[in-house]
Amino acid sequence: MGVAVVLTAFAIVTDGLVYAAYLFLVAVGLTLIFGVMKILNVTHGSFYAFGAYGAAIAVGVYFDRGLPAAGGFLLMVLVAMAIGLVLGLILERGLLRLVYGKDEVVVVLVTYAAFLILEDVIQLIWGANSYALYQPLGVVGNVDVGPLVLSGYDIGLVAFAGLLAVAASFALKHTRWGRLLTVVIFDRELAAAFGINVSLVYTITFVIGAMLGALGGATMAPKIAVTLGIGVEVIVLAFAVVAIGGMGSVEGAFLGALIVGECRAAAVHLAPQIELFVIYAVMALVLVLRPQGLFTRAQPRKI
Amino acid sequence: MRHPILDHACSLTLLLAAGLPLGLPPMTAGAARAEEPAPVKIGFVTFLTGPAAAPFGIPDHYAAELLVDQLNAGQVPVPYNRVGLGGAKIEAKFIDEAGSAADVVTQFRNLVERDRVDVVVGYVSSGNCLAIAPVAEELKELTVLDICGTTRIFEEKPRHYVFRVNPHATMDNVAAAKYVLDKYKDISIYSGINQNYAWGQDSWRDFRLAMKDLDPKATVDKELFPKLFAGEYGAEISTLLTSNAQFIHSSFYDGDLEAFMYQAAARGLPQRIPFVLTAGETSLYRLGPKLPDGAIIGARGPHSFFAHDSTLNTWFQKVYVDRFHDQPVYPSYDFAQSLFGLKAAWEKAQAKKGGSRPTTEEVIAAFEGISFPTSSTTVQMTLGNGHQGITDIAYGTYKFDKAANKPTVVDIVRYPAECVNPPANVDSIAWLEGGMKGAKCD
Repeated sequence: MGVAVVLTAFAIVTDGLVYAAYLFLVAVGLTLIFGVMKILNVTHGSFYAFGAYGAAIAVGVYFDRGLPAAGGFLLMVLVAMAIGLVLGLILERGLLRLVYGKDEVVVVLVTYAAFLILEDVIQLIWGANSYALYQPLGVVGNVDVGPLVLSGYDIGLVAFAGLLAVAASFALKHTRWGRLLTVVIFDRELAAAFGINVSLVYTITFVIGAMLGALGGATMAPKIAVTLGIGVEVIVLAFAVVAIGGMGSVEGAFLGALIVGECRAAAVHLAPQIELFVIYAVMALVLVLRPQGLFTRAQPRKI
Repeated sequence: MRHPILDHACSLTLLLAAGLPLGLPPMTAGAARAEEPAPVKIGFVTFLTGPAAAPFGIPDHYAAELLVDQLNAGQVPVPYNRVGLGGAKIEAKFIDEAGSAADVVTQFRNLVERDRVDVVVGYVSSGNCLAIAPVAEELKELTVLDICGTTRIFEEKPRHYVFRVNPHATMDNVAAAKYVLDKYKDISIYSGINQNYAWGQDSWRDFRLAMKDLDPKATVDKELFPKLFAGEYGAEISTLLTSNAQFIHSSFYDGDLEAFMYQAAARGLPQRIPFVLTAGETSLYRLGPKLPDGAIIGARGPHSFFAHDSTLNTWFQKVYVDRFHDQPVYPSYDFAQSLFGLKAAWEKAQAKKGGSRPTTEEVIAAFEGISFPTSSTTVQMTLGNGHQGITDIAYGTYKFDKAANKPTVVDIVRYPAECVNPPANVDSIAWLEGGMKGAKCD
């Protein structure tokens, strides 16, 4: 009995971490863009979907050639960055630039419209079929823990998400660009008055956010069937995580992902009936106690 | 090179030479075309976009395009060798099923009232079928529901204008339970993972009820209901890895089935505990060797791997593969079954009327209770006052043929229609709860 309890507890912790890694990867780009630009970017789901499709095709071809596995994982990251760069630039320069300063609701609707258009673009490019990128899971192998089998790819994903969180947090606090970004997050007008090129900061932030979204899709591609509509699910989950953590906070997204991941894993193991309910119950509870989310910056008082 | 004018002149001369001596009026050709019967307009509805497009909509749509062309060319083997429906060509109008139920109803109304189609054939989602049925009654539109499996269509209310040739979902799970118990004689504990909406919930309920009837000592270990399109199944897989179940029931299909299987296979779950996949057939060609051998596979009827040998089946396989370079899966077969049913009823009504075009009411009268062959099996319209079809069903065990690099299903067992479907006028849940009385399994 004791062994079984320990095993279940261990399974809950590891499953929770894997789910949290997934949530963090899809949420971090969304929260970054919101933090800097105050845009709730619905096209984040499209970045995810494009990243997944791009990786499924490019990395699939790579593995089919029998090339070394490490290069495949590098290619996964590169494809995501390339897609994020192109899509991010097109959307920010071609569309969002035109609606800066408009009402927040208008901007959300614009990104929603872009999301719907991009869903059709996906169908135009890749058709309605589903794609699979199954090779990476097999290449990495498994780790046995008693009767439990952990996927090596999942362990890698957790490590990757952790590294990304540390890197993002470090970059924001300790690099020149990160500090400039922090200034813009704090007060856009003041930043502009001090000579920061806000428009450039916006473009770069949006592109980085797009890259992170595509990276989420690319890293999840080996685990899912890449098919139409995968972006929709992601926006809802990512939004829940970002709302819990505090809109615009990377640390918040990290903690939010961890809380949701662990609660959901515990629910699946102990009370599967309430699995779906748990994620949103946590969100509701956090928002009741802290309406701004767990991590929020002090707002400057404006006169 | 000859000048085009010369060609015209020549053909004109030939025409005159051929026509004049026989004294035929010059408009002969046009008059013959006018005698051709007016086409039957059919609206076809399926998912052309969205997540259900790849597993259902596309194979369904392919089958529709293929059959309309083949029927109009009169290329289909007997008994469906007449052109179109009773000699009248089919004029197809394809509509996307994606969108809310309200959108789907609006599109249905447009098909009936604006495009004035004679018949509507289609719908994949059970929710959409339930929304369409009362509207079809209201508009008095002959409607053949296609792939949706909910038992509620004819059990909650008798319908006059609505038919469904393809059997409802009860038999999938009754036959699955029978197959599992035949294959593994001694089952005492099992688990299930199904999607958290009507299809998953109903499938699991039917399966549990059937298991209770057939093997009362078997108990349920884990019941998991992840949400539709969940994407990440780590916790579910851990739960199932640590469960004592002897097998796992799942009605997953499409992207969810594939995602779940990639993740589960990577962690050795299907290698350790066999799966029963009631709708697994649609994904076999995509899963290929990633699905370990030994999974129990169903196709919601005797379709594809399970189809009976017949001229119609050989022909259907061949023309489908020739045109699309892809194997037909059960949604393709389901569609063929629906259209063959309509054609059989239409032509029966037309024959009764001495060869002239039947009205909607006459087609309905002919459709009720009809029995007809399809590319899969033979359908009998016995339930729902003759509006709901039943067929036999088969289950088998998955085996990937490495030499031929293609999926196969072995150890196929067939179950007669009356063995796995409730008798006429008995609701499926009442039938399952009452111990499946009246089942004829010999």
